[in-house]
This record gives sequence, C-alpha cells and structure tokens, in this order.
Amino acid sequence: MALIRDLAVQGTQMFLVVLLAPFVTGLIRKMKARLQRRQGPPVLQPYRDLLRLMRKDVVLADNASWLFRAAPYLIFAATWVAAALVPTFGAGLLFSWSADLIAIVALLGSTRFFLTLAGMDVGASFGGIGSSREVMIASLAEPAMIMIIFSLALLARSTQLSTIAEYMLSPQVGLRVTLGLAFVSLVMVGIAENSRIPVDNPATHLELTMVHEAMVLEYSGRHLAVIELAGSLKLLLYISLIACLFTPWGLAPVGAGWQAHAIGATAYLAKIIMACAALAIFETTIAKMRVFRVPTFLGAALMLGLLGTLLLFVSRGL
Amino acid sequence: MKMASLIEIIANGAKVGDQRPWPRFAVDAVQWQEIAEGFRDGAFVLSGLWGEADAVHMALLDGASGEMAVATLPCPSGHFPSIGSIHPPAIRPERAIHDLFGHVPDGALDLRPWLDHGCWGVRHPLGVRLPAEGGSPYAFLPTEGEGLHRIAVGPVHAGIIEPGHFRFTANGEAIVRLEERFGYAHKGVESLMHGLPLDRAAKLAGRVSGDSTVAYALTFSRAAEAALGIDAPPRAHWLRALMAELERLANHLGDIGAICNDGGFALMLAHCAILRERILRASDAGFGHRLMRDAIVAGGVTTDLDPQRIFKLRQLLTELNRGFPQLVELYDNTASLQDRTVGSGRLDPALARQFGAGGFIGRASGRDFDARRKFAYPPYDQLAFDVPVRDDGDVNARVWIRIKEVEQSLALIEQILNDLPGGAVRVDLVPRAGEGVALVEGFRGDILVWLQLGDDARVRRCHLRDPSWFQWPLLEAAIEGNIVADFPLCNKSFNCSYSGSDL
Repeated sequence: MALIRDLAVQGTQMFLVVLLAPFVTGLIRKMKARLQRRQGPPVLQPYRDLLRLMRKDVVLADNASWLFRAAPYLIFAATWVAAALVPTFGAGLLFSWSADLIAIVALLGSTRFFLTLAGMDVGASFGGIGSSREVMIASLAEPAMIMIIFSLALLARSTQLSTIAEYMLSPQVGLRVTLGLAFVSLVMVGIAENSRIPVDNPATHLELTMVHEAMVLEYSGRHLAVIELAGSLKLLLYISLIACLFTPWGLAPVGAGWQAHAIGATAYLAKIIMACAALAIFETTIAKMRVFRVPTFLGAALMLGLLGTLLLFVSRGL
Repeated sequence: MKMASLIEIIANGAKVGDQRPWPRFAVDAVQWQEIAEGFRDGAFVLSGLWGEADAVHMALLDGASGEMAVATLPCPSGHFPSIGSIHPPAIRPERAIHDLFGHVPDGALDLRPWLDHGCWGVRHPLGVRLPAEGGSPYAFLPTEGEGLHRIAVGPVHAGIIEPGHFRFTANGEAIVRLEERFGYAHKGVESLMHGLPLDRAAKLAGRVSGDSTVAYALTFSRAAEAALGIDAPPRAHWLRALMAELERLANHLGDIGAICNDGGFALMLAHCAILRERILRASDAGFGHRLMRDAIVAGGVTTDLDPQRIFKLRQLLTELNRGFPQLVELYDNTASLQDRTVGSGRLDPALARQFGAGGFIGRASGRDFDARRKFAYPPYDQLAFDVPVRDDGDVNARVWIRIKEVEQSLALIEQILNDLPGGAVRVDLVPRAGEGVALVEGFRGDILVWLQLGDDARVRRCHLRDPSWFQWPLLEAAIEGNIVADFPLCNKSFNCSYSGSDL
C-alpha cells in the first residue's frame, strides 16, 4: 500500500512539473509584460507554441549530424529526470534514494554538454558564439552550485534532497547565516543557469548578444519544441529546488496522508507564483550586463557559497 | 600660412548655372585635388559627392566661414582624380559613382562595387550601360592573425530591421575589424527621379528613408523652391518646422527606448514607445498622417492647422513635458544600464570631424554642427534653441544628446505654437528651369539635396545625400576593441539609415 502511494506521489510530481513548466514561462512573460505596461500574450501561450512547433516540419542543415538530431531528446530526458528528483509538494520521493543533489547537478551538466555540442554541430557562427559563452558561464556556475550543496550537505548531513528537505522542515534548523548565503548564491546560479536577465536575455532578437538562444538558433519544429520544454522545465526545477530547500513550509513529509499532500500542492503553487513575480520584477528593473561582467557576478555566487561553508566550520568550532 | 578659403580656391573656377542659394563652380582636375587637400587638412568638410553622366559634383562646406558651395568636374573621359585616396570619407561615394555612372576615380584605393551586387542585369545604369559581368564573390578586406575568426551577420537579421551585412573579425569576443556591406535596399532613386514632375518627385523624396520622411520632403522642397526662385509663405515655414520637430521627437524617443532595450532594459522601451505613440497620434490628428508623409511639397505645405488641432498638439506637449523627465531620471538612475552605455563604442572626435559626421553622432563627439543653427533657415532664425554638444563620444553621450535634443524640440514646438504666423500655407509654382541645393537638419543629421530642373520644371537630375553616408564608416571605427556582444547596442546608438544610403 505504502509503495503504491509513494509511486503515485512520485508519478504525480514527475508529470506535474512537465505540465506546469510552460505555465511558469507563460506566467513570467505575462507578469513582465504587465510591468512594462503591455498586454502581453496569454499565460497559456507557451502551450500553444509547443503544439504549433510539434506540428511543424523540421528544417535540418545539410551537414547536421546525428548528434544534432538526438541532442534535444537527450537534453529533455536528462532535465526531466533531474526535475523528477526535486520534491515539489511532498518530500517522500520514491526515486530520491537513487540519486542525490550532486547527481542533479551532473544531469544538468550533461544537458549543457549536449546543448553546446549541438550548438557547434552545424558550424554556424552564432551557435559557436553561444556555446563558448555558455561554457564560460557554466565553468563558474557549477563550482558555485557545488559549494552550495556542500554547505547544505554539511548542515543536513546528507546530499539526499529528500533528507535535506526533511531536515529543513524540522525545528532543529533555526536561523543560520550559512543558509542565507547559500540562498543568495543559489538564486544567482539559477539566474545564470536559466539564461535570465542580467546574464542572458531570453526575449532578445539580437543574434550577437544571445547565449542560450544562439545555441538553439538552428533548431526548428519538434526539436525546438522539446528544447523549449526542457528550458521551461529547468526553470521550474530551479524554482522547485529553491522552494524545497529554503521555503519548505507546507511540504508534505514522508508517509503523510492525502490531506497533507493537498496542502503541499497548494503551497507549491503559491511558491511558484511568488517566485515568478520576484523574477519578473527583478528582470524588469535591471539591464543585461556585459558578457565579461558575468564572471564577476558568478564569482560572487561562488564566494558566497564558499563563505557559507566556511562559516559552518567556524560556528561549529571545528 | 593661412589656408585658402573655400571661395578663394573655387572662385578660380567658372561659376556655372544659377544654382541657389549657394553657387556652383566648374573646376579642373588641379583645383579638384586642391579641394581634396583642403578636406585632408580639415579646412573644408565634404558634404556630398555624386555623379552625373558626364561630370562629378561635390558639395563642400567651409567650417570656418560657414560657406557652402558645389564644385563640378567635367569628366567626359570617364575618369576623375580620386578624393578617397586623400580623404577616406569619399571612398564610399566614389564606389557608388563608379557603380552607377561608370566613372573611374583615378588612384582610388578601393574600387570594389558598393551598390551594385550584380543583380541589375546591367552595369553603370546611369552612365554608359554595359552588360552585367559574371559576378565574382565580393572580396572582404583580409584579416590575418592567430586565433582570429570571422562572424557573418545579415543581411537577413533575426529582428525586424533593415538589411545590411556585417562582417566581423574577432578574437574570441573582442572585435578586431568590422566591415559593412550595404546596397541591399537599393531602389534606384536617382534614376526614378529623372523626368518626374515636382509633386511626384517630392513624394519619392519622402520615401528615401521612411523614418525621415518629413526631413527629406522638406529638404527636397527647399531645393525645389531655390531652383524655382520662389519662397514658401511664412506660415508654411513654421508648419514645416513644427513637423520636423515632431518627427525628431518621435525618432529620438524611439531611439532612446530601443538603445535601452538592446541593453536588456525593456522597461525604458515600453515607456518611450507610449510617448512616441502619443506623438504619432497627435501628428495624425494635426497633419493627417502618423508620420506626416507627403505633407510638405514645393511651395508650402498641404495641410493647415486649425485651433482644434493646435489644442491637441498643446495637449501632447503637456503630456511629454510631464512624462519625459521621469524617463530621463529612470535612465540616469539605473546603474546596470549606465554600466552598459558608458564607455561603449567610443567615437574619436577627430574622426567625427574628419567625416563631418552630422546629428547626434557628431555632436556626441564634439562636432558642433547643426544645419538649423549654421544656416538658420526659416523659421529657425526666429526661434531660440541650444545645440547640445558633448566630447565623450560613447553610447551614453549619444543617448544624452538625444535627451537634450528632445528637450530642445519640446521648447521649439512650444515657441512655434505660440508664434505661428497667419496667412497662406502654399504658393503656386511657376514652371521654369533652375538649379537648387538645400541642407536641412533631419533627426539623424544634415540631409543634402541637389536638384536640377528642366524647362518644364521636371527633374533633370536629383541627388539626395543621407547623413548616414558619413556615419556608417564611423561605426566601423567606433566598434574596434569592443566586444561582439556590445555591437547591437553601439549600432543602435548610431542608428544610421540603410535605405537612405543605399538610395
């Protein structure tokens, strides 16, 4: 019985994130549009875009290799697996014991690996520019992410996300400077990883300034649809991750009943909407930074993560 | 030794025609080169260089005395001494002359085609026509060095902009060289102009560069009036200035928003777009067209303002005076935006001076030139306004020049609405032959129109010189040493016209 319930919770979470991901993208776009005094497309527009792209033919460059065709599915699959490992409304994830936070980072790292390869595959100049910038950003974002994981793992004495989430729910957490630093650092990494302003501009039409968009410039039809869905999924993954780590309130603990899960789902929705609003406001009030400022930005994230870990040792008196 | 003044050099040549308001002189090859040396030494500014079937003309401006003249070198042999080899700003006009007329600039450093992309089926369409040659691929300037790679951008872009090709040579992100390739928007304006009656020619002039339709129609009409020896009624002059300032306002506001948007700050674009839309609607209410197209004709203007329309324009002024300062504050207080604009795409004042860069590009790099002030054509002789100038020459400076010009234009519109004289707005034209030249300040800079009319007042020959001819090459210089990702921002801050310089 318990297994069936756990399977149901895991399955629901897994499909919920895929279903919700375009909504999150649409909601952010809508909020940004309203902040800019525009009407903006409907919140459900990303779903329509995906359907439209799915129905369209794929236009492939003559020299595109198998990698170019396979990369979208690889990227989507790896992102989905990573997203399925992050607790959304209930902590008791069946798959959680098979992979930890480091595995999530590795999965996301491999999606980036395939995306940058695909960006260079056709040999168009923009794909190359995008890939080189993406790798520059990633080489700084990933260490920062690892530092954040270290400080959290040292606190919760586990790298398992479910365990960390449960630890965060328990009263023994208290207020810790480390958590604050890790939170800020994770938000910065999340912004960079999801190609948001000020690191990248998801809405730009300027080929020369693109990072993520430049890499997927050659994609069309269902390939593009899958990549876009994976992009939305990644954003939701980061929102879920931040929500479950730093605002775990309402999260249904392991083995909780249906009621707790219902509360968890409501709380999760509320957290998503708040995160979208925060992101929309932040992106509206700031300009995109110069490409060569990004290392400074991510260097700060890395330092915050490092500082968090160090503080932990200091406060424990080693 | 004192440099020979403009008049001293070309007064040796014979005055030809009765070109108004500035004279035209026939010169020989020696004087032609003397003038070129004057350009090199900075005594004169090259304001235009164009061809005819059996001659080449250039418009020159004496920076010190403020005189303007046109020099004509007959070249029946199809050869003329190159100015571009001495004075780089002349290179592109010479290449265009070679494409259109087949005249060869002797000693030119660069004779690659400019407007002719091998798609016309004919070479030298305005000179001695030759069948088109089998096209060899356009040879971009070579770049050598370790780790250099080339990025080809355009002519089809991801956004909705005009067509133009940019060839970057970059070392990683740092731009080593940018080479522009234009001509994709060539419409054959000079050939279409031939034989047109004045009313249709004015319409065509208003379509050379769509965002400057008022400025072009105004320049053309002023040249036509000079050629016919008539003057528009005072009220027409004031209404024209009103339209020109409204156009300047709309374009500057669009630019300020677009520059910020290219820096990833869409909020500014949203706010500017609202103000711009208000201006366009008020223009529509006042003059019957959002861009005020075809409202200016030779002899006056086609529409008049009644008190109700004036009231609408006053409402617009109130709204802009309230809304614009807030936007300036937003720009000034957004540190992340300033971080992008300050120091990017710096244009050396010496280059701006050499190329005679007009508009905000020149004025942001220390070139204090504004045709409204320098030649004070009516009604600007009776209006009070400042010409903002800065020396820093970066994207931020070009934004600030625009901001200051918006403020000046708002003040000008207020003065025009207050002191608008009465009377007719149009005079009848008396057809006759003649020759006229006019220089008018559009929002980008000074537009030059040189016009020859036949006996029936039809256009014999007309050259429309967009300010972008002398601004585009500066973008190549300003971008050097910047990073690839900053090019769109710098390009937007220049905002040169593709259509205008592709003719």
